[in-house]
Amino acid sequence: MFPVLKAASYILAHTPEMVLNNGTTQTTEKIVNPESEYLKKVSSSLRSFDEVVSYPPNQCYIGNITPDELKEMGMPWVGKAVEGASTLGKKGEIYPEDVFIAMIKAADAFGLVILEKEFTEAVRPKLEGYKINEKMKNLPAGVELAKIEEEIEKRGAEALLFEGKIVGCVERAHDIDVNLNAHVIFENLVVKASGAMAMERLFTLNNIDPKDVDYVIECSEEACGDMNQRGGGNFAKSIAEMTDCMNATGSDTRGFCAAPAHTLIQAAALVKAGVYKNVVIAAGGATAKLGMNGKNHVEKGLPILEDAVAGFAALISENDGVNPIIRTDIVGGHTVGTGSSPQNVTGALTTSVLDKAGLSIKDIDRYSVEMQNPDITVPAGAGDVPTANYKMIAALGVMRKDLERSEINDFVANHGMVGWAPTQGHIPSGVPYLGFAIDDITSGKINRAMIVGKGSLFLGRMTNLFDGVSVVIEKNPGLQEEEGSISKEEIRSMVAEAMRDFAASLNQ
Amino acid sequence: MSLYDGKKVILIGDRDGVPAPAMEECLKSTSAEVVFAATECFV
Repeated sequence: MFPVLKAASYILAHTPEMVLNNGTTQTTEKIVNPESEYLKKVSSSLRSFDEVVSYPPNQCYIGNITPDELKEMGMPWVGKAVEGASTLGKKGEIYPEDVFIAMIKAADAFGLVILEKEFTEAVRPKLEGYKINEKMKNLPAGVELAKIEEEIEKRGAEALLFEGKIVGCVERAHDIDVNLNAHVIFENLVVKASGAMAMERLFTLNNIDPKDVDYVIECSEEACGDMNQRGGGNFAKSIAEMTDCMNATGSDTRGFCAAPAHTLIQAAALVKAGVYKNVVIAAGGATAKLGMNGKNHVEKGLPILEDAVAGFAALISENDGVNPIIRTDIVGGHTVGTGSSPQNVTGALTTSVLDKAGLSIKDIDRYSVEMQNPDITVPAGAGDVPTANYKMIAALGVMRKDLERSEINDFVANHGMVGWAPTQGHIPSGVPYLGFAIDDITSGKINRAMIVGKGSLFLGRMTNLFDGVSVVIEKNPGLQEEEGSISKEEIRSMVAEAMRDFAASLNQ
Repeated sequence: MSLYDGKKVILIGDRDGVPAPAMEECLKSTSAEVVFAATECFV
């Protein structure tokens, strides 16, 4: 039997100070052009927490409005607000920066994060308002600001700011090793904290006992390790520890933005093979990408829209007869020999695999591709990424004669979706739809969806190759008898036959 | 004679548009010299 996609969760942490101090667009500009117009304007281009919460794509990300409802609101979404927007989502939550900093402290297993006294006491009561475990509420007494300033100035600690003021820092974990410097430790703690927050939401919102989880696969784009094993890992185990998955082990999977889709397939395979019953896939977010396209946004008079660290988690389990099945036999992949042209890439991920499964391009009701929010990418000149992907799939459909040329726009409208996910690399890649897919498939709105993840491997300078994988999830036909097993009816018949034989022997 | 014949070319591809290796492939039918080719990612 195929494994099922049981639940998915999504979190955002609004981090305006990290946009300014940790986003690489801003930190690079401070080095190469410290007097730039952009740097003068960026601080005043940041959104408030309320604006971030009510921003329609963010409400969609945490499950409070559907992609169809988001589409109906019409682009651009910037400047619009969802009525009755909440930090609490059906599938996740949006957190303010002070709470996120407290979570970074909770993620700190080596005493490398120091928080200021007053900040600590101000945020402590806020944590009580969250249904999080005791580990995540762990907030030791803070220190004097002078101690933090000394760490930053004399020992290269990474500053943590809230509302323009230094409220803490992340210290380096080694005097020489660049893999353990304050900057790397900070980025890694952000991934761990945001990944753990997504897993906490997964468990709490879906009444899942963390002790039932057997294995966790983490699929972000950071690497933790030291000079002797840069990228040794293991974020997964550290997040499992933070979220009380006492019976779980885990490992990290990397593949740039495509990693979540790879991980979904791996988790499904592990469950299908019977190695584990419950596998969680999870990823935290990246501070480096905050404000990545900020120059274009500010130039066009827009606010900085890449102002939140994101995380996600999903649970893949044994077939329950209800939730959508993951078709481990309908898996596509960009291979070494595929080639790099857009047709080859999209063909390998969609049409090739559909051919093998005997499906038409229209048999997939929804394609979840790179679901980047076009509010962010269009002003930056990168175009509407999901729509571009759907047009390419449709074009291949025309070439296969699955579609008429005149049907391309209808195909894009009916089988595609608008993008709603923040440009956090791996976060928008295929997986933002997992939560909605469970609802849409179990409610009968659709029968089948394809999750497509793509990754820019060439950024690592090890290969010029692109990458991507895809997998189909579909309506659960219900629990069926395994071939070779005996049904209740057959057992009843066998017992009846034995009774008849026994009765016959008594009469002899 | 192609527009690119005898030219030195810098190729910047977009991961969600046309990647650099695909453009490089197209230029093989010309005598252009690709001096730099890279694909960028903005997401």
